[in-house]
Amino acid sequence: MKIVVLVKHVPDAQFDRHLNGDGNTVDRDESILSELDEYALEAALQLAEARGGSKAGNQVIALSMGPAGAVNAVKKSLQMGATEGVHLTDDALAGSDAAATSLALAAAVRHLGDVDLVITGMASTDGETSLVPAQLAERLGLPQVTFASTLQVDGGRLTARRDADTSSETVEAPLPAVVSVTDQINEPRYPNFKGIIAAKRKSITTLSLADIGVEPAQVGFAGSWTSVTNAEQRPPRTAGTIITDEGDAGIKLVDFLAAQKLL
Amino acid sequence: MAQVLVFIDNPGASLKKSSLELLTLARSLGESTVALNGELADGVAATFAEYGVAGILRPSVQDLDDFLVAPKAAYVAAAAETAGAAIVLLDNSPEGKEIAARVGIRLNAGVITDVVAVDPDGTAHKSVLAGSYNTACKASTAVSVLTLKANNVTPEPAAAPTTPGTATVEVPAVAAAARITERQQKVASGRPDLTDARIVVAGGRGMDGDFGPVEELADALGAAVGASRAATDAGWISHDAQVGQTGKTVSPQLYISAGISGAIQQKAGMQTSKVIVAVNKDAESPVFEIADFGIIGDVFDVLPQAAAEIKKRKG
Ligand SMILES: Cc1cc2nc3c(=O)[nH]c(=O)nc-3n(C[C@H](O)[C@H](O)[C@H](O)COP(=O)(O)OP(=O)(O)OC[C@H]3O[C@@H](n4cnc5c(N)ncnc54)[C@H](O)[C@@H]3O)c2cc1C
Repeated sequence: MKIVVLVKHVPDAQFDRHLNGDGNTVDRDESILSELDEYALEAALQLAEARGGSKAGNQVIALSMGPAGAVNAVKKSLQMGATEGVHLTDDALAGSDAAATSLALAAAVRHLGDVDLVITGMASTDGETSLVPAQLAERLGLPQVTFASTLQVDGGRLTARRDADTSSETVEAPLPAVVSVTDQINEPRYPNFKGIIAAKRKSITTLSLADIGVEPAQVGFAGSWTSVTNAEQRPPRTAGTIITDEGDAGIKLVDFLAAQKLL
Repeated sequence: MAQVLVFIDNPGASLKKSSLELLTLARSLGESTVALNGELADGVAATFAEYGVAGILRPSVQDLDDFLVAPKAAYVAAAAETAGAAIVLLDNSPEGKEIAARVGIRLNAGVITDVVAVDPDGTAHKSVLAGSYNTACKASTAVSVLTLKANNVTPEPAAAPTTPGTATVEVPAVAAAARITERQQKVASGRPDLTDARIVVAGGRGMDGDFGPVEELADALGAAVGASRAATDAGWISHDAQVGQTGKTVSPQLYISAGISGAIQQKAGMQTSKVIVAVNKDAESPVFEIADFGIIGDVFDVLPQAAAEIKKRKG
């Protein structure tokens, strides 16, 4: 099986994150492999391992689109067990919105040949829109199975469960397909020493827009269909009144709610 | 006048508040047409008229609910073309956003999610990076597709009702879509929806397996019940109650956090709440850094006392 996992290099959400003045893009210093993409990678590794791993010809290709630093997301994926890495990078990609991102990623996936599955995280932890998996499926003309909390592949079909607001669903689709997985699906592994050593011998292919047949004007600020026209930092929340319960804190809470007209 | 298409999926017997918000916003931007999926109940048709809807479109096929997203997106895109829409509005549910995503590709249209307000010129406002920035965004394309977060528009009927006509939209065939083979309905709690509730009472690991005090306080306040991931992972409450980065984003008037430490992923889902109250035993918990009113105390003392006091005052 040939599985492509999309991995994004994103600012670490544990720290304050910022937008840059130029075009209001996210500041990408201090970035890491998106936590939510680790679940996608783990899901791919488990599918490949259940089929005899790389010895049996199963490939797990970690694909990241992004500036030079994004190669670190690919490297971490290789340490976790991906068999190959691909880094799509080009100055013209900077500032791409979801539509432009999905265009470039769709071209990169096509460039990788016959792929059985594309697996992504449920959302990026920076943009948080969840648009890209659906747009990728639309562009590739593939079935989309999003927010999967379980995933099985049997022959040429996949089965997944999804947990919606008013119902839980079982869905089925033929391969190839685009799947996004939630953080409920598995417990991602940590790279171990063996994995870190093995990763050094694995190859990372660098692709440019020319390699995948995309014009610079189709992506980046030029090719995006939306733009951020203004951004203002919200003042961070500050602590208000803190009291220690002396047996009447519940009453004081109600007094507070009454004063705020929230009762 | 600009044409605005509003997608409303399976309204059932009456429209949800979030649908009324979409219709109200649509009217402020131009002339609105509804693309409906599912039955058109009499009450719903009457509400469309009250809210000034000019026309109602319905799909040529009845099996859209059997598939995941792709055919619904094909329908909404075709409906937008039929209506000559410059703006397509959808709700901000996970499915709403995904339909929007694909409609965007089908119509070469920019998509903006998590929208809280739209200016007359189509500029959309939203907050990003877990609520740390307020931004204005605009699509540069002929059509824009926007998903509106609930609770940001006050539903208001039109000054004069309309008599919307109905028409059928031919749904284009979709190459490949995942089929839904089984659906288990969840039992409704009778409490408000978490995403559009005015008040949320959320419990965490500190509830130690007993959500009773959270539910009791929620019911006294007419609130929805939320939870941290630690509580949903432990199985104390269903996963759809989870608030946070990988759960729901809420911005109610009041968020009461009970026995939750306030990890960054939890804060990501609630820090745009108007007023935050925290009850936690540990004075060092990060939730106190953002609470308007914090109580260092035991949830099993404070919550029941507050619930009893509210009931007493409400008589
Ligand atoms: C990729 C990823 C995504 C995540 N997404 C989410 C998400 O969407 N939402 C989310 O919530 N978390 C999320 N998390 C988990 C998050 O990091 C925290 O682990 C989680 O929020 C902790 O839940 P908690 O505060 O209930 O538990 P804890 O951190 O264990 O805190 C429990 C708190 O309860 C207090 N307490 C205990 N007993 C009492 C008592 N009797 N009275 C008063 N206080 C008491 C303690 O002092 C403590 O502060 C995510 C994590 C990852 C890695």
